[in-house]
Amino acid sequence: AEICITSMDNYPLYIRSIPTQGELKFHYTVHTSLDVVEEKISGVGKALADQRELYLGLLYPTEDYKVYGYVTNSKVKFVIVVDSSNTSLRDNEIRSMFRKLHNSFTDVMCNPFYNPGDPIQSKAFDSIVSTMMVQAC
Amino acid sequence: MADDALFEFLHMEIVAHVYKEQATWEDIDKERVTCVSTLELMGFRVGQGLIERFTKDCPTFKDDLDIMKFLCKDLWSTIFKKQIDNLRTNHQGTYVLQDNTFALLTQFSSGKQYLEEAPKYLAFSCGLIRGALSNLGLESVVTAEVSLMPSCKFQVVIQKL
Repeated sequence: AEICITSMDNYPLYIRSIPTQGELKFHYTVHTSLDVVEEKISGVGKALADQRELYLGLLYPTEDYKVYGYVTNSKVKFVIVVDSSNTSLRDNEIRSMFRKLHNSFTDVMCNPFYNPGDPIQSKAFDSIVSTMMVQAC
Repeated sequence: MADDALFEFLHMEIVAHVYKEQATWEDIDKERVTCVSTLELMGFRVGQGLIERFTKDCPTFKDDLDIMKFLCKDLWSTIFKKQIDNLRTNHQGTYVLQDNTFALLTQFSSGKQYLEEAPKYLAFSCGLIRGALSNLGLESVVTAEVSLMPSCKFQVVIQKL
């Protein structure tokens, strides 16, 4: 499983994988899924004014894993990749994971020692993400 | 009620502090420009953080006008406890936000007195607007003008790439 946060211009602010072998494959998946995210964002020209616009849902399933996306209003994208074998993860749980991620990200943003656009190095953020990933796997 | 005063006092002190720091410089014109830029940059960073927090639960914005309306209504009322009184646009990227009783200027005067000092106290708010817009994806140039206290106008010009 992997969690990745990318900025407005699509460069990564934070990447975290468990387990750490085969990391490259996850990086590649996230990179390709960004295209799908862009497509979904630009498709929102119709007047859908509901909360669900932030949560993009299942981006695309492959034989090994599922990819979920979420976009904030500041165009920061969160991508979560999980194993397909892990069928116990329901949509609601993924949604709550994204909410927690967004909350922690907001806290990082409001930290005066953090410059927007820098890689995220906050330990508090790291620990929240670790607990979340351990719960998910 | 008391928490409004906290920010107003802090803001006054920030402005005073920034100017005191630069007071040793010889060149008066350069000093003014640097102080205003410092204050504006402070506002910029604060604006970015604030927007992240406030738009957490909002649906995505449809277009620029939507963003400006959010700025005028929600952001302004959360920060200054009131909405922008008047929003005008030429629909080509220029917006004028008019606030008839700007919270940071009400304590100065209700006429023309102290008019020259007003721009210093508006720099931070200009930066705030610019930071908020930048984090929502809109690069802009924000200027403020005061002709009669405590009303002021912020002019926002969106830079289209």
